Amino acid sequence: MSYNATAKFLQRVLCKQPLGVRTYSVEATFPIKPIDTHKLENTPATEVQINKDDAISYYTKMQIIRRMELKADQLYKQKIIRGFCHLYDGQEACCAGIEASLTPKDDVITAYRAHGWAYIRGVPVCNILAELFGRKLGCAKGKGGSMHMYSKNFYGGNGIVGAQVPLGAGIAFAHKYRNSDTVTVACYGDGAANQGQIFESFNMSQLWKLPAIFVCENNRYGMGTSVERASASTDYFTRGDYIPGLRVDGMDVLAVREATRFAKEHAVKEGPILMELVTYRYHGHSMSDPGTSYRTRDEVKEIRQNLDPIMNFREKIISAGFVTKQDVATIDAEVKQHVENETAKALASTEPDFDQIACDIYVTDTPLSIRSCNIYNQLHHQPSV
Amino acid sequence: MSLLRQSRNILSNLKAKSLAKRLMHFKFEPDNPSTNLGPTENMNYLKALTNAMDISLENDPTAIIFGEDVAFGGVFRCTVGLREKYGSDRVFNTPLCEQGIVGFGIGAAVAGSTAIAEIQFADYILPAFDQIVNEAAKYRYRSGGLFECGKLTIRTPCGAVGHGALYHSQTPEAYFAHSTGLKVVIPRSPIQAKGLLLACIRDDNPCIFLEPKILYRAAEEEVPVGDYTLPLSQAEVLREGSDVTLIGYGTQIHVLKEVAELAAKDGISCEVIDLVTILPWDADTVCTSVSKTGRCVITHESPVTGGFAGEVAATIQKECFLNLEAPVERVCGYDTPFPHVLEPFFMPDKWRCLQAVKNVVNY
Ligand SMILES: Cc1ncc(C[n+]2csc(CCOP(=O)(O)OP(=O)(O)O)c2C)c(N)n1
Ligand SMILES: [Mg+2]
Repeated sequence: MSYNATAKFLQRVLCKQPLGVRTYSVEATFPIKPIDTHKLENTPATEVQINKDDAISYYTKMQIIRRMELKADQLYKQKIIRGFCHLYDGQEACCAGIEASLTPKDDVITAYRAHGWAYIRGVPVCNILAELFGRKLGCAKGKGGSMHMYSKNFYGGNGIVGAQVPLGAGIAFAHKYRNSDTVTVACYGDGAANQGQIFESFNMSQLWKLPAIFVCENNRYGMGTSVERASASTDYFTRGDYIPGLRVDGMDVLAVREATRFAKEHAVKEGPILMELVTYRYHGHSMSDPGTSYRTRDEVKEIRQNLDPIMNFREKIISAGFVTKQDVATIDAEVKQHVENETAKALASTEPDFDQIACDIYVTDTPLSIRSCNIYNQLHHQPSV
Repeated sequence: MSLLRQSRNILSNLKAKSLAKRLMHFKFEPDNPSTNLGPTENMNYLKALTNAMDISLENDPTAIIFGEDVAFGGVFRCTVGLREKYGSDRVFNTPLCEQGIVGFGIGAAVAGSTAIAEIQFADYILPAFDQIVNEAAKYRYRSGGLFECGKLTIRTPCGAVGHGALYHSQTPEAYFAHSTGLKVVIPRSPIQAKGLLLACIRDDNPCIFLEPKILYRAAEEEVPVGDYTLPLSQAEVLREGSDVTLIGYGTQIHVLKEVAELAAKDGISCEVIDLVTILPWDADTVCTSVSKTGRCVITHESPVTGGFAGEVAATIQKECFLNLEAPVERVCGYDTPFPHVLEPFFMPDKWRCLQAVKNVVNY
């Protein structure tokens, strides 16, 4: 879905509400967990205000991501998705909260755990799922698969751990060069935080005062390794040393939104800032990891029960009087149907044609023939089709 | 109830297994171990590697194993049980930092440890490229022989598995073939994997040990349980023939063995050679064979341009020029990134190889 299509979809959800909707409250204030800061004089707010439409929009988007990931899980088990597939369920509040404080002109780049990010940046569910299946309708024409999600102002989708972070610094440079009030968000994991490239990026960004927000999505594990086992300091928000930092409850979409608002202001005016989002992934690292050998089932269960970003937010919007339980049930049903419909669209798409193997490699006006030994097919490097 | 679920699980596992086997582009035929290597045990490629590392840790008190998640057995389960047996000061996890892992390994090796590093996928060895090419390969030369890191071995899983796409399928042997000072080895089978890994660990030069990961579970053999090494830089003639020499390494060997069978049905006699070591490679065995057959097909999974087949072909045209009956054919991956669902078209499978055999015979 483009931004417009998402808006339309949300509007439909909103319209389906019972008539009583007009009597509901339209604005509310919630406390958020205190945000730890590093090298900052000002701090983000401890209370945030939110209006009803935004609240319902965040809820719906997070729920769509959750449903989409569960669908992917199911389709993986049915072998419709093969290969590598990293799911984002549990972390929905991170991308939803950040996006809530960005404009479409801000840029985002992330690693391979990219489905939620792709959706929140405007890629419709059907294009995400089709990419997972390796079908033409996929957002990378079915040529990449799970890690390969891209759209306007969303630079992917990067398989090499940590490699996206210096790219983020470069993209931020473009914002500074154009003198626009926009920023680049470069996300990485707690495991990736130990790659040397990250520190190279910090240094360049501070040296050149780039409008970059470095976001460490700390979901407590890098594959099977817990943060304590991999990092000499697990205070990821301080690891930019000379770069100011925030540590934020990544399970609360409102806390993430507020922190991002603050960070964006800082990044545009002063330069880079680091944001650690404390979150959790419900699934294993990828579909080939059951995620049970290095953490207990109780740990996962406890977080699901107490810290779930969607469940907790649902309670908030009900208690604020934005929606009734009935409304929420309606939204959930709509979301479920939406994901089903999008799945059907994706499944109806076919695999990329054979000559796609040779497209999108070089820009070339005259097709270059591709070297290999295959008498059945003559191939040419072609411009993008 | 749970019994029912269990049997259903077993069934679906079986189905998945046979499906995977059916989708594989090659058939693995076990070799017989040489009888003078003593008693054997059925092992798959993984177990053979674990066994080799177990022997190293047992016999060499300076041996250490490190890499991402290796203390838990690693993502492919190559190091299962070794931390429990030898302790966490000898088998330990590293953070996620390939350049650091290899650099650390060079340091440990130059200071006297037998350093066995695992890079989780060969696709992820590239962040460590500088450490390998500039630091490890040239340490002896640039210090005039004062320092070297010969005790370093870097193991890494490589190659296509059917669904790995861009970042979990590559075989980077050609990049390293350009760096003299390194040894680069790709074993084709469990027996080979064990003997060659022990050889690499004990060799006094830094070694890159590439493990075609599709063989990890697909390849099973009777592997000698004792300590043995196999020679590096020595190619192996696996099948003798008189019309065409087929050259490959790793998984492609199994493709070539089948191609030789298919060609035999058409009355073409193929000699099959496993190169085994990419650097320094055994040109003698290759050239002796091609001088005899006069025809040659070389194959690897990685893209053709700049691939190692080019080096082999150049040597053959120089050394066997007067014996050649046809131009040397290369059957390799396309000059494209490693594709996702289009992988079957990319692979130098038996049909493409067989066609090349016919081309050189009918030239
Ligand atoms: C350079 C490199 N090394 C190793 C890998 C394999 N790998 C993929 S994800 C991952 C763990 C990353 O953990 P983290 O940064 O915490 O992100 P998360 O998976 O938790 O989102 C590893 C080791 C890789 N993709 N790239
Ligand atoms: Mg993590």
